[in-house]
Amino acid sequence: MGFFSNLLSKIKFNPFARKSHIKLGLYGPPNGGKSTLANRICLDWLGEEMSTVSHIAHETREINIKEQLNIKNKKGKELTFSLVDTPGIATRIDYEEFLKKGMKKAEAKKRAKEATKGVIDSIKWLDTMEAVVVVLDSTQDPYSQVNITIIGNLQARNIPVLIAANKIDLKKSNLEAIKSAFPQYKVVGVSAKYGKQIDDFYEQLFKTV
Amino acid sequence: MVTFQFIPFHEIETLSSAKRVNKLLNIVKEDKIVIMEGRLKKEEEADLIEITMEEISPKFKGIELSVIYPDKNQQDVRQKIRGAFATFLLGDRQGLTIIGPASVVKKIEKNPDKIELFTQEINGKQKRYRSKKKRN
Repeated sequence: MGFFSNLLSKIKFNPFARKSHIKLGLYGPPNGGKSTLANRICLDWLGEEMSTVSHIAHETREINIKEQLNIKNKKGKELTFSLVDTPGIATRIDYEEFLKKGMKKAEAKKRAKEATKGVIDSIKWLDTMEAVVVVLDSTQDPYSQVNITIIGNLQARNIPVLIAANKIDLKKSNLEAIKSAFPQYKVVGVSAKYGKQIDDFYEQLFKTV
Repeated sequence: MVTFQFIPFHEIETLSSAKRVNKLLNIVKEDKIVIMEGRLKKEEEADLIEITMEEISPKFKGIELSVIYPDKNQQDVRQKIRGAFATFLLGDRQGLTIIGPASVVKKIEKNPDKIELFTQEINGKQKRYRSKKKRN
């Protein structure tokens, strides 16, 4: 088998090899920390960030892709993937919320318009994903319908899912609430901002993918 | 005043996914809260969000959505079989879907035991309306 496997890999066809290059999406509601996690992954493995982050919701309004990310686990196993950072999925977008954050009216309206397009793009891109990390803010109520709809749609498409319960560095964080809301999925607590438990996250990512 | 409109499952049963979603969204855009018997398919829920986003304007700020559905993990085998049989014969009528306009419904909080619907504060709305009048 080894001989044939090596031979076939040299002619770019290897039916015995596992798929090693996949499209990994980061999905979730706005302000869950998708872009912060994307930046953490890129910083850890490429030494550079890929997205801008903000405390104001809908900072990511376009799909961002980082191609050819290569990560290794403790056993030396490698995983190559394209990381897709998606705009947060929401059911409501009110430009007046941005005004409260100090934005000017024109800027707030523009942000709201771009955010609605971002949500549409995120949903359209669901079909192209091969694995998804759902990034949830562990200080928030996990039973929101957006969370349930995202996970339900991934399940309907048979896409492997890992739930990253982000912001575990915060006092209000409730990892158990997320675990009990989605008992059928692996939930890993993480602080993307500070890198807390990020190694556990990578291990679970290997298992999921 | 808050208006609720009940949609029995038979009213949407024969509609295509697109028509179903549009019917519900059109009612919500009339500032009514829809209480629908049963639930949408998972893909239809995503379509509902997508179409909602396409319709967002300064007047229509989106929706609040919540689905109450029996927890199948807590059902015994007999209940599961009975549920699957009923779904096969009559469609998925289990559960309840609530959809409200974001201008009326502030949030819907759900946990396994209860569901709470918070409406926007009427006083707050009146204040905003008055301030608009002053500007004119």
